[in-house]
Amino acid sequence: MRVRRLTAACAALGLVALAGCSSEAGNDATAPDATVPVEEEVQFDEGTTMAELAEAGAITVGTKFDQPGFGLVSPDGVPEGFDVEIAKIIAAKLGIAPEDIEWVETISANREPFLQQGQVDMVAATYTINDDRKELIDFAGPYYVAGQDIMVAAGNPLGVEGEESLADIRVCSVNGSTPAGYVQENYPDADLTLFDEYSLCAEALKNDQVDAVTTDNVILTSFVAQDPEAFELVDNPFTEEPYGIGIPKGDDDFRTFINDVLEESFEDGSWAAAWDATAGAITGAPAPEPPAVDRY
Amino acid sequence: MQALLDNLDRLWAGFLTTLAMSVAAAVAATILGTILAAFRVSPLPPLRALGATYVQLVRNTPLTAVFFIVIFGLPAVDVTFQNFFIAAIVALSVYTAAFVCEVVRSGINSVSTGQAEAARAIGLTFGQSLRDVVLPQAFRSVVPPLGNLWIALVKNSAIAGGGFAVADIAQLAPSLARDNPAQVLAIFGGIALAYMVITVPSGIAVGVIERRTAILR
Repeated sequence: MRVRRLTAACAALGLVALAGCSSEAGNDATAPDATVPVEEEVQFDEGTTMAELAEAGAITVGTKFDQPGFGLVSPDGVPEGFDVEIAKIIAAKLGIAPEDIEWVETISANREPFLQQGQVDMVAATYTINDDRKELIDFAGPYYVAGQDIMVAAGNPLGVEGEESLADIRVCSVNGSTPAGYVQENYPDADLTLFDEYSLCAEALKNDQVDAVTTDNVILTSFVAQDPEAFELVDNPFTEEPYGIGIPKGDDDFRTFINDVLEESFEDGSWAAAWDATAGAITGAPAPEPPAVDRY
Repeated sequence: MQALLDNLDRLWAGFLTTLAMSVAAAVAATILGTILAAFRVSPLPPLRALGATYVQLVRNTPLTAVFFIVIFGLPAVDVTFQNFFIAAIVALSVYTAAFVCEVVRSGINSVSTGQAEAARAIGLTFGQSLRDVVLPQAFRSVVPPLGNLWIALVKNSAIAGGGFAVADIAQLAPSLARDNPAQVLAIFGGIALAYMVITVPSGIAVGVIERRTAILR
C-alpha cells in the first residue's frame, strides 16, 4: 500500500516534471513553476490580511495530501496538484514565492477548525462550498465545479448505473465528507463503509471488500487514470460540488481579493495552465470552462 | 449538545458496537495471551522461542499498522474476514494478546517455584500443573495490570472506527461534526465521555475484583 502510494506520487511527479519541461520558463525539474510570476511590488491597504501576508512574505495553506491531481504530497514533502497551483497563483499575487508557502495537511473533518483557530491562512482542499460551512468560515470562488459520481470495479460487474444503485450495493466513502453525507441523507439504509482516506476505499474496492466508491468525479477520475485495469467510472454525476477557497469568517477584503485573483486567472489562461499541468495531466481531460465566481 | 441529543439512536448503536468489539477482543486476547504465556514458560525451547518472537513482533508494531495488515495486507494472500467488524476484532486481539502474554507471564513468575515443584511431585504433567495450580494463582496477582489492558483496549478500539470502517461510536464523530460544524467540541467531548462510561466503571470493578481475589500470604 505504502509502496503503491509512493509510485503514484512518483508518477505524478514525472508528469508534472514533463509538463514543466515543455514550458518556456526555466524550472528545477522537480515541481512546476507557478503558472503566474510572483509579484515584485505589492501594495495593499494597511491592516488588511493581504498587507499582513505580503509583509510577512509567507502564507500557510491547508490542502489535501492524498488527492492525486488536486493535492498529493510528493516524497520530498511538497504537495502537488490543482488546488496547490491555485494557492500558488493567489500567493504570487500577494508577492509570496511558492517556496515561502507552508503547506498543512487538512482532511475533510478538520478544515473549519483549522481556519477558525488560525492554524492556516486559507484552505484549498477540494472544499465544497455550502451554507452550513458558510456560517463558520467564508469561501472565495468557486474555482472548479465537480459532481459526485461512483467508481466501480473495471467491467462494472454489478451493472451500477447511477445514484439509485447506491441503495443496493456496498459503497465506500470518507467519513465526515460531503459525499458520505449525501449517501447517509438520501440512502439511510445503504451499506456504507467509511474510511478516513479515499485511497483506502480504492484499496477496499480492489480487494472486493466494497462494490463501489462514491465521491467527487475528479477524485475518482484520478484513481481510474492511475489504475484503469482495476477501476471504472460510472460517469453519471448526480450533485454539483463547487470547490472554493476557505478563509476565516468575515474577512471580506481577503475574499474579494481572492475572487479578483481567480477571475484574472480564468481570463489570462493561468487557471487553464494550472489544470493542464496537474489534474488534466493525470486524467488527460482538457481544461473545462471556468465557473462563475460567486461574490455573495 | 443538541447534535448529540438529536442522534441518540446512532450514538447508542455506535456505543454498543464499541462495547461488543472490545469485549470480543478482550476474550480472544486473554485466551491467546494466556496460551502465549504458557509457551513462554514451557520446557520446550521451540515453543519458548515462538512465544517470545510473537511478543517482540506484535508489541513493537503500531496498532494502526496491525489494522492495516489485517484489513489490507491479509486479503493480498487470500485471507479475508466476513466484515470489517470481525477484522477489527482480529486486529485488536492479536495486538492486545502480546501484552496479555507478558502480564500473565509475570503472574506465573510470581507464583513460588515450590508450588510447581509440589505439583510435579504428586505426578501432574506440565500442562496440568500450569492449568490447575499455577495459573489460578497467577491470574489473582495480575488483576490490576489486566484491568489496565482492558481499559487501553476499549480506547484503542477507536482506531477501528476512526480509520478502518467499523461503525463504532468513534466513527460518528466526523459525520456529526460535518452536519453540525458549530458543535464540534461538544460532539467530540460527548463521544469521549461515552468511552469513560465503559472505562471508569471498569476501573472500579477491577478494584473490587482485586480485593476479592487477593491472595493472603
